[in-house]
Amino acid sequence: MENEPLLNSLQTGFPETATVMGSDWPEMSIESTQLLEVIAKLKGSDDWDFNYLFCETCVDWKTHFTMVYHLSSTQYRHSMVLKAKVDREIPQIESLVKFYKTAEMLEREVYDLFGVQFLNHPDLRRLLLTEDWVGYPLRKDYYDPINMIKL
Amino acid sequence: MRNVVETTPEGNMVLNVGPQHPSTHGVLHLFITVNGETILNLDPNIGYIHRSIEKMCESLSYRQFIYSTSRMDYLSAHMNNHGCALTVEKGLQVEVPVRAEVIRVIISELTRLASHQLWWGSLAMDLGALSPFFYAFREREMITDIMEETCGARLTMNYIVPGGVMADIHPDFQRKVKEFIVQFKSKIGEYHELVTNNVIFQNRTKGIGILSKEDAISYGCTGPTARGSGLSCDMRKIYPYSAYKNIQFNEILETEGDSFARYMVRMREMEESVNIIEQLIDNIPEGEFLAKTKAVLKLPKGEFYTRLETARGELGVYIVSEGGTTPYRIKFRSPGFSNLSALNHMIKGHKIGDLVSVMGTLDLVIPDIDR
Repeated sequence: MENEPLLNSLQTGFPETATVMGSDWPEMSIESTQLLEVIAKLKGSDDWDFNYLFCETCVDWKTHFTMVYHLSSTQYRHSMVLKAKVDREIPQIESLVKFYKTAEMLEREVYDLFGVQFLNHPDLRRLLLTEDWVGYPLRKDYYDPINMIKL
Repeated sequence: MRNVVETTPEGNMVLNVGPQHPSTHGVLHLFITVNGETILNLDPNIGYIHRSIEKMCESLSYRQFIYSTSRMDYLSAHMNNHGCALTVEKGLQVEVPVRAEVIRVIISELTRLASHQLWWGSLAMDLGALSPFFYAFREREMITDIMEETCGARLTMNYIVPGGVMADIHPDFQRKVKEFIVQFKSKIGEYHELVTNNVIFQNRTKGIGILSKEDAISYGCTGPTARGSGLSCDMRKIYPYSAYKNIQFNEILETEGDSFARYMVRMREMEESVNIIEQLIDNIPEGEFLAKTKAVLKLPKGEFYTRLETARGELGVYIVSEGGTTPYRIKFRSPGFSNLSALNHMIKGHKIGDLVSVMGTLDLVIPDIDR
């Protein structure tokens, strides 16, 4: 589907969520509690068939985190962005491992660098940093007097 | 930190492969659980050369950050730069001169050839054949010489700037590229004689490390790794960028999904790259090579994402801008990271010796995975 019909069909399919046109693809914003339900619908539907998670990352907005999922369909060749707001004090969101196996490593990376807890993740450990590392480096308030170079 | 050798309660042995194992081409550390010689489980331990490029980029300007990406996948340095430049140009809405677009694509394809040749040589070396490495470097040397003349560096070219390329091509560029094409075409048969048709090589790669198309999708595999499983995922075809819009070329697909299929995809891709270069090399349009941009680049508030094809697969560059001179958040979706995540699935049940051939055909570059 092209972007415009995809945007319309997403708006009709999810009337209660905010879906707008982003710079490249339609962007849908949801609450973190809705994640599994929305993903199941996006992946299971024959019209959308979002079977490919090509990017999963997190953005620290200082007041909250936003989990950003870039989904695409290998059958229809359309893509979309799904954004879920995560609380910064208790950063928790459901894991997508049972939908996409690639999420296992991607979520471990987000956990490692942002400290977001993924519920029902089979093996949530630090990935790039050592087990005893203190803090989450990609957070905006992270400070490390030894390893960080200020430019 | 785990012990060097430990035994699981079931009596299986946990072995360390790396971090300095020659076949990992860098500092990749794998914990493998083995029963005899059969691998039961594989757990990659990455991050030995994690430099936090994403965090570094947050304090670099839009002109500067491009160069740190050359150090991710150093064999596709030019394509990494290309992805960043495309994203910044998308945000600034700069029109890139046609000449620059063609030059970018020619150098991209030369980079892909150089990368695949290094992969070919080192794969054969991992499997015990030392001489192909020298054959591969004979042709690769010609490419790095071309790069040195035009870009000023042999590996991390840093040739791309937002709006075009840094300098015009060297007067000898076209002649030397044509010389390379003649040389490569006359020598590709040697590659196949030496390695492809070798019975030992075929025995070690056919039917080994099978990745089905469904798993390739689920693990987010891209590039030759996924195309060896029959998944069409060439970003040059799906989202044509730069000069790829106007050229005719085929997407290489194999359906077996084993190590040999991934090998054949890369071998055939080299010929396809030569085909692309041949279409462009005599048709480099005249004109400017660099669009006029402001001295200090400021991206408007918003989010920009570019998908493009490097030698290893799909690179995603995701920039979140708050309207300032530096990115607010930047994420590189690196192809090697996702391809590595499928390794455990592919290797289960195989022998330790097969690990080398499967890892070799995944074409892992560790700085790309660690970033």
